[in-house]
Amino acid sequence: MSTLQVELVAADRKVWEGEADMVLARTVDGELGILPGHTPLLGILVEGDVRIRTAGTDAAARIDGGFLSVDRDKVIIVAEAVDASQIPA
Amino acid sequence: MGAQMRVYRQRIRSVQATKKITRAMELIAASRVVKAQQRVRESSPYARALTRAVSAVATFSNVDHPLTTESAEVRRAAVLVVTSDRGLAGAYSSSVIKESERLIGELRGEGKEVVPYLVGRKAVGFYRFRKREFAAEWTGFTDQPTFDVAREIGEELVAAFNRPYEDGGADEVHIVFTRFVNMVNQEPDVIRMLPLEVVEGEEPPAEDDVLPLYEFEPGAEQVLDALLPKYVTARIYNCLLQAAASELAARQKAMKSATDNAEELIKKYTRLANQARQAEITQEISEIVGGASALADAS
Repeated sequence: MSTLQVELVAADRKVWEGEADMVLARTVDGELGILPGHTPLLGILVEGDVRIRTAGTDAAARIDGGFLSVDRDKVIIVAEAVDASQIPA
Repeated sequence: MGAQMRVYRQRIRSVQATKKITRAMELIAASRVVKAQQRVRESSPYARALTRAVSAVATFSNVDHPLTTESAEVRRAAVLVVTSDRGLAGAYSSSVIKESERLIGELRGEGKEVVPYLVGRKAVGFYRFRKREFAAEWTGFTDQPTFDVAREIGEELVAAFNRPYEDGGADEVHIVFTRFVNMVNQEPDVIRMLPLEVVEGEEPPAEDDVLPLYEFEPGAEQVLDALLPKYVTARIYNCLLQAAASELAARQKAMKSATDNAEELIKKYTRLANQARQAEITQEISEIVGGASALADAS
């Protein structure tokens, strides 16, 4: 199974980059889950946690509102401030 | 010790003290400019992601947004002038101010009213001294701007742009800042921030980098609504970071030449002091010789 390439970008730096099986984020319309093979998408995220699932374990990063783009299994989560202290490097 | 020699010695000591200060400032600026350049680089993934997203929305939807629409008649223009908080950076602040004066003159010549927004104590001082009015000021951070400040400035400028003319709103927003070309070269530059021109020649996409047909969540219009203010903020942040790097580079250069000048002065005064000492000795010898020969003649 293919995996997602995830990038977590804050205004002043790239916070995290890596592979994941699934990304869960909260958009303006509600919770959104992204699996490999998702159609290209641009969504506005609200303040809250973004969960990145790798091999069954979840890592959460708190963002203060931003957006997310999905394109060819590449997920870019962009927010002004990202607290990724819970994500193992 | 002769009076003249003492004066020279005093001068040498004072120039030496100044030299220590300028040397220290040069070294501090040199180490900070590296960090400032790094911050410019680190902010680029965010800017790139944002630019890509904005151009994706702009390409695949025909949404007109107030921030991208030109006003039919431009009557008032806001100008953001980015200078430094401190001096001792050569012509850094004055060249930005000069450039802004040129721009303001040009805008006035086109019959537009100009509202200045100032960043850095140097610009504020310039306006206060001349008793000119300005709309807002932000100071105290110019060598290390944070994203929060950029957001504050961005919100203020977008708000001014969105206000109708009658309520004091601006129809155009320009930024005057110093572009960091390289360590020896920084140029004052003007960009028109609003209305936005999204299709920009700054970073052309790669050949194989075709923008996919995105789905928008919740809708293209809302996505654009959320993205454009962020885009403005990101560009302001980039301007502030470049200005900070330029400020530090300019300060390093100015302090280096100040240190060199101090060395030159010390050398010159040392020579003069030596000359004065030598002259004094010569005079003493001739006095002794003169005195001795007078005694010999008398006996």
